[in-house]
Amino acid sequence: MTILGAADSGPSCYSRFVNEWFCWQYVEDRHVQITDALVEHIAITLAALALGIVIAVPLALVARRLPRLEALVLGFSTGIYTIPSLALLPLLVPFTGLSAATVVIGLGLYALTILVRALLDGLRSVPDDVREAARGLGYGRARMLTRIEMPLALPVVMAGLRVAAVSTIALTTVGTLVAYGGLGDLISHGVQRDFRAELMTAAVLCVVLAVVLDVLLVLLQRVLTPWTAGAR
Amino acid sequence: MDLFSETWQYLLDADNWTGAEGLVARLLEQLLLTATALVAAMLLGLPLALWLGHLGRGGFLAVNISNVGRAVPTFALLALLVAADWPGSADFGPYGRAGLATLIALVLFALPPLITNGYVGMREVPSDVQEAADGMGMSPVQRFRRVELPLALPVVASGVRLALVQVWATATIAALVAGPGLGRIITEGFARNDYAQGMAGAVVVAVVALVLELAAAAAQRAVDPMPSRPSLDRDHELSVPSTTVTEAPTGS
Repeated sequence: MTILGAADSGPSCYSRFVNEWFCWQYVEDRHVQITDALVEHIAITLAALALGIVIAVPLALVARRLPRLEALVLGFSTGIYTIPSLALLPLLVPFTGLSAATVVIGLGLYALTILVRALLDGLRSVPDDVREAARGLGYGRARMLTRIEMPLALPVVMAGLRVAAVSTIALTTVGTLVAYGGLGDLISHGVQRDFRAELMTAAVLCVVLAVVLDVLLVLLQRVLTPWTAGAR
Repeated sequence: MDLFSETWQYLLDADNWTGAEGLVARLLEQLLLTATALVAAMLLGLPLALWLGHLGRGGFLAVNISNVGRAVPTFALLALLVAADWPGSADFGPYGRAGLATLIALVLFALPPLITNGYVGMREVPSDVQEAADGMGMSPVQRFRRVELPLALPVVASGVRLALVQVWATATIAALVAGPGLGRIITEGFARNDYAQGMAGAVVVAVVALVLELAAAAAQRAVDPMPSRPSLDRDHELSVPSTTVTEAPTGS
């Protein structure tokens, strides 16, 4: 990128006077800042997803055993899902302050909603005759769950996890409200300063991140459910 | 918690509700944005999706469009629109600063659930029902209007409901680029360390979101041609959401 720029040392492509959308010079000059934002973005996303999974699994199992609780759980999670992210984060601030925890918990709640539904749908998709066959083979409740039901529910659960992962990556940007938005911090800085290269770089990285995570989850699903490989 | 009482005080203070930058003005602004964007997206997306569903073509497009939509952060798209030469951040009539950029983003994010559900709803009309309509001598247009459309309506309506939630959430995020709407109360509160104001804005946004969702749910029930289904069908309905779940993006 120094073909013309360095020789006459004119304004670089991200100077105020040029303000180009795509500017490799910017990426080179600020690669530390960009990498930091990227790492923060990934860390917040993964933490939120992990939190969602850790809470969703027991919640879904309890909800399945107690139908009355299922309606409550689904109703509560739908209610949370309705609240816009920009409103959910402030509502958590009194408990967690302006910290990364606010973003992780907020996004974890959204992921939780998707995952609980996916888990319940997945478990419901296990055919009854399979359960009966397993019972006939002497499987108890716990063994049936871990050996039969969970594996068979996996495709539906993984579909839910992919949705949760991709939307969490996108949502993390909103965390910039409490100054923990990963790449979103670069975007809001770019908007305030009318700095197009920064803005575009961060936006592109968000989309790339979402695609990469989605591909990784598809590969994981292939590994975890080898019996579905020949189906398509 | 001190912040709670401060927030309550903020909400009780009538001064915060009135004025050009008050809660009422911002609320009306956001409701106007939401309604405009939803209607525009329905006019753009639904005819296309229903027709594709009727023909049974373009399923690839209908299913993948929501996956693509989910990967693009709302905030990033809004920022790009605002920083661009057009539409930029200029005022747009009653929609306020960056109004046009916000409207474009809202319509774009409302389209995926509308198109996916419109298409899926039409495709899920049982083929024997369609054959029966043909056998009764209905023309394709008659079959579309009098058989397929009413049966697809609940799924289509659930798409509209998802789009509504999506649009309301996105309209809130517009404030991150200093755009219009209630989100401005939140972002301005955070910008000047007045967290009570930020909380108060969040409370109003959340309450309206829940009210809109409940109203949409009631409307969805009202358009169902077979409202009182036996519980067997409700189970069926619950198992469908594996598709519905995959397209319920929040206010990203």
